[in-house]
Amino acid sequence: MKADLVNLGVGQAGAIAILGYLVVFLGLVLLMLVVLAMASYFISKAKKPAPAAGPAEEPVAKAAPAAEKPKAPAAPGTAGELKLYDTDPKDAAMIMAIVADATGKPLNELRFKSIKEVKE
Amino acid sequence: MNVLETLKTLALESGFASFFMAGGWKNFIMIIIAFVLLYLGIVKKFEPLLLCGIAFGCLLSNLSYFVVHMGGDNALYHPELWEAFLDSSSPYYHSYGHIMSNAGLLDFFYIGVKAGIYPSLIFMGVGAMTDFGPLLSNPKSLLLGAAAQLGVFVAFFGAVLLGFTGPQAASIGIIGGADGPTAIYLTTKLAPELLGPIAIAAYSYMALIPLIQPPIMKLFTTPEMRVVKMEQTREVSKTEKIVFPIVVSTFVILLLPSTAPLIGCLMFGNLARETGVTDRLSDTMQNALMNIVTIFLATSVGATMVGDNFLKLDTIKIIILGLIAFSISTIGGLLGGVAMYYGSGKKINPLIGSAGVSAVPMAARVSQDVGRKYNKTNFLLMHAMGPNVAGVIGSAIAAGFLLSVFG
Repeated sequence: MKADLVNLGVGQAGAIAILGYLVVFLGLVLLMLVVLAMASYFISKAKKPAPAAGPAEEPVAKAAPAAEKPKAPAAPGTAGELKLYDTDPKDAAMIMAIVADATGKPLNELRFKSIKEVKE
Repeated sequence: MNVLETLKTLALESGFASFFMAGGWKNFIMIIIAFVLLYLGIVKKFEPLLLCGIAFGCLLSNLSYFVVHMGGDNALYHPELWEAFLDSSSPYYHSYGHIMSNAGLLDFFYIGVKAGIYPSLIFMGVGAMTDFGPLLSNPKSLLLGAAAQLGVFVAFFGAVLLGFTGPQAASIGIIGGADGPTAIYLTTKLAPELLGPIAIAAYSYMALIPLIQPPIMKLFTTPEMRVVKMEQTREVSKTEKIVFPIVVSTFVILLLPSTAPLIGCLMFGNLARETGVTDRLSDTMQNALMNIVTIFLATSVGATMVGDNFLKLDTIKIIILGLIAFSISTIGGLLGGVAMYYGSGKKINPLIGSAGVSAVPMAARVSQDVGRKYNKTNFLLMHAMGPNVAGVIGSAIAAGFLLSVFG
């Protein structure tokens, strides 16, 4: 324990409070910049088109048709795929019904993109 | 054998008789307080996992402590041992050996609090349970997590004005971070004599978030702000989620080394969750480990609430300062949200700012509930989770700063 900081004066306490708040802000702003840089790297990486397969790799690619199997086309009128994270399909169906009921809108007018469990 | 004499001895040695001895009434009051806390935990469901343990720890230590006054020693917790442990002029200063050779059951439990083990392990569990995706998809929410630490420093200043020492004021201020383990960790290091009231204030106010925050949210936002619907944020890749805990640990610990136990454990827990190759560890951290540590942490923190330590004017001051800290942190987050509302061209709903006070996920749920009250089709939960988890990092940084200044 730093003895000179046990009994603080008002001015000293005010200075520590302001400095502390600035340090928290500075720390999180710097972290935000790091996360933004990280995000821009991953986004640009995701946007880059996959490199064209070389001639030597072609036969291998053809030999594995299962990997290239195209997705089945979406059913007419569908709002797209719903992604579930840590959520049972049964729970998801119940959540969608609850949301439809709470918002007073029929399910065919709502679009659910993903359902994620938030743990306590 | 004289039957009457034996009965008289039994009666005098009972705990009931101790209530009439010097200071015994304080233990009686603490037992009543323990009953009230049990009621709040069980019936009102105020953070029951912690409050029930804290209340029962308080009950056990006060039921058993009377024996010390009467020459016997069946006490489960010994405040006098811990006072000697902290007194630099005592021969038992920082002597765990002295504690262990005289300890009751709850003293043994308390060693884990004193050494800072339980709060760090709880942080590991929190990390394993937390999805940082919403924060990664909207990194600006880190600013809201910072803004919502305002109450920590305002309450610190207020506590100094009320006559608390610097380390005590720092421990009281951290209640505004709305993060129980961080509050316990910092208080144990800086002002262990205030651990009971600070833990009670921190967890009680966290449980009362749905009552404390909505009126403040209404006061600091306009109806026009509250109905703003936010756009769905981008999807975060698995790799990004794996890299994040490694980057945060490296960056934050290098920046503020005193945050290492809390940030290190939080991020290790999160890494175990996200890697996909340590599912067993993640599962243990989220469930078994978290539950075991919660039992030890809650009962040992409750045990520190012995009458002599708790029934003081300072306790009332701490409860009031804690409420102020909590409210001002909420205001700080909301003001940050309002600034982002204008800065983003009215695209950000400032209600998510109040979630920056940590208290995961309760504060985010309150943002969601208040948002939906004003616009039934508004779903703010995932947007509020960003500032909410940013608040966990923010309060750990605030604690790290206070620890490096006063520790």
